[in-house]
Amino acid sequence: MRFQRKHILGLGELSAEEIKLILDTAESMKEVSERDVKKVPALKGVTVVNLFFEPSTRTRSSFEIAEKRLSADVLNFTPAQSSVVKGETLLDTARNLEAMGASVIVIRHSMSGAPWLLARELSASIINAGDGSHEHPSQALLDLFTVREIKKEIRGLKVLIVGDIAHSRVARSNIWGFVKLGAEVRLVGPPTMIPRDIEKLDVSVFYNLEEAIRDVDVVMMLRIQKERQESGLFPSLREYSKFYGLTRDKLKLAKDDVIVMHPGPINRGIELSSEVADDVHSVILDQVANGIAVRMAMLYLVASAGGTE
Amino acid sequence: MKIIIKGGRIIDPSQEMDTVGNVLIENGVIKGFPSDIRGLEKEPGVRVIDATGKVVSPGFVDLHVHLREPGFEHKETIRTGCEAAAAGGFTSVVCMPNTNPVNDNASVTEYILLKARTQGMVNVFPVGAITKGQRGEILAEIGEMWEAGCVAVSDDGRPVMNSRVMRHAMEYVKAFGIPVISHAEDINLSANGVMNEGFYSTVLGLRGIPNASEEVMVARDITLAELTGAHLHIAHVSTRGSVRLIRDAKERGIRVTAEATPHHFTLTDKAVLDYDTNAKVNPPLRSEEDVEAIKEGLRDGTIDVIATDHAPHSEDEKKVEFDLAPFGISGLETALPLSLKLVKDGVLTLPELIKKLTLNPARIIGIQKGTLRVGSAADVVVFDTDRVVKVDRYRFRSKGKNTPFHGWELSGCVIYTIVGGKIVYSHNVCCF
Ligand SMILES: [Zn+2]
Repeated sequence: MRFQRKHILGLGELSAEEIKLILDTAESMKEVSERDVKKVPALKGVTVVNLFFEPSTRTRSSFEIAEKRLSADVLNFTPAQSSVVKGETLLDTARNLEAMGASVIVIRHSMSGAPWLLARELSASIINAGDGSHEHPSQALLDLFTVREIKKEIRGLKVLIVGDIAHSRVARSNIWGFVKLGAEVRLVGPPTMIPRDIEKLDVSVFYNLEEAIRDVDVVMMLRIQKERQESGLFPSLREYSKFYGLTRDKLKLAKDDVIVMHPGPINRGIELSSEVADDVHSVILDQVANGIAVRMAMLYLVASAGGTE
Repeated sequence: MKIIIKGGRIIDPSQEMDTVGNVLIENGVIKGFPSDIRGLEKEPGVRVIDATGKVVSPGFVDLHVHLREPGFEHKETIRTGCEAAAAGGFTSVVCMPNTNPVNDNASVTEYILLKARTQGMVNVFPVGAITKGQRGEILAEIGEMWEAGCVAVSDDGRPVMNSRVMRHAMEYVKAFGIPVISHAEDINLSANGVMNEGFYSTVLGLRGIPNASEEVMVARDITLAELTGAHLHIAHVSTRGSVRLIRDAKERGIRVTAEATPHHFTLTDKAVLDYDTNAKVNPPLRSEEDVEAIKEGLRDGTIDVIATDHAPHSEDEKKVEFDLAPFGISGLETALPLSLKLVKDGVLTLPELIKKLTLNPARIIGIQKGTLRVGSAADVVVFDTDRVVKVDRYRFRSKGKNTPFHGWELSGCVIYTIVGGKIVYSHNVCCF
């Protein structure tokens, strides 16, 4: 199978085969990352712009390392301190970057759907590095990669996602990915943070963590955003942590070989107790390492399919 | 100056007329329905329009348009809005006050009417604001605006969130006999939402506006209409719960009327997929069940009127992130063919549909329009129910090309629009 897509915008639109192809490609990329000289010439002469409208050192650095390992010319553009202040539209900003020769644009934006606008209006390849509460495909792909590496097979696994599902792009992308690859996905969180009709995505919804966590193979914790408290979605971090924070006691209810994931950065003592974060079950640092290989695969595949190879 | 429209199917619900015949227009008014026109046809200076196979009805009356002038002339002007209306078969439009400055005093009303008289080609009836600056706090000078020509009051675009202010508005308008038009939305429940709350908002990660946001305000305003005895008109009904509340209120004899837009009875929130900002509208496109309930409301008379909520915007304004795009659909030029689908689908008969586009809206605001009665101003539309036209937004007369129906093939085409005996639109160039 050959990857045909010019853009990677979300897991909602990728097929199971396409997801597997990205994961397989990431495996060879991981091998590159383990060499002494961690560099291949795959994207030599290709200009990649990291267009980050939201600060995210973690994701941006991961993309940047991935781009450099593929020998791309990299431009980091953080409009917060330049054009947007002057009132330039997203399209104008992106068109300018394209005019400077960018053939791949990696975009992070606080508003859902922003990468779709670029994909529709520009000729560059677009990679979504996280849009609003919508999708975060590179995060979900690295999560899938990490789980597959440890558990060998995703089909049949019980995966639990805990927290603010309504506002989480990590949750949405992971739901698409794990369901498409045949896992059983459970969601748990306060009812105010479970979005309408999410069951239609073939997931089961729980409000009680102790009940939801029974016998699961994977627990994925989401970062709680403190501003949700102000908008009245939960009364206090203390109460949130009491009902939805992951502790060693709650983790005991899961399978013995359960793994604990978190997209980072962690609020220690809130969604994750320190003992769990540093526990043997935790694969949080593996996730970070795998992120580079997965992003290399994404860049390589769209650049090849987009004819810029 | 005489015009004879001959051989068409004349449908005029104001006279319960549905017959094949001729319409004679003389000096701008309806002169009669002569059966023998052989002599007349030969008179010099008589314009003969052959309407064989076409429908001839009173020109349509749109209870809900945004003409954008003054203040937002890059979106629409009174001139271009009227051209769009004429192309859509509308001979009278009722324009909402959310201009800049807001139409919250008689001088703005007079400005709009002056512009309409000099540049408009259809009849324009302004709606005054309920509150000063549409801020929902202090009543605007409703009496003076009524004297200047306002036919209703509304803070459309925004709700009047304060129930006491709304109560006083409903009491106050009784002195002038005009309705209060409610944009029913609880902005706290809408919470900066940008589309319908449901499966698609979940999938798209967009903030949802629940049905309840509309329904709690419909319920409140019905309660206030019962308290005050005022005439309440509910704009752009979009949910099944609102239809139920209005039906129940009408059964209980409360003075409430309601309108629905073509987009709300044609599309669901699925149209938003891929972040199409041309499908971003307030109230938002709802679910299949809501669409069905609106059709049922139209069928059983709960919903009296089809109005467009014509809300033009410039291309640049819509070509942005979904969250940043303004709400609104340019609706005047697709209203007839979309409405004719209701006839095709057996929801309404053609005369029932025409009634919701002519007599009913005219009655709600108490204007002598929407009729072909002898002696009334000759506002007439001639249309073909069967001709298939492909919607091309770039050919809209409106400055607002923002439609989710671009490329749709629809049956129904306006052939002539006549206002006060003057032909203001004729479909000479075929667009198919
Ligand atoms: Zn409105």
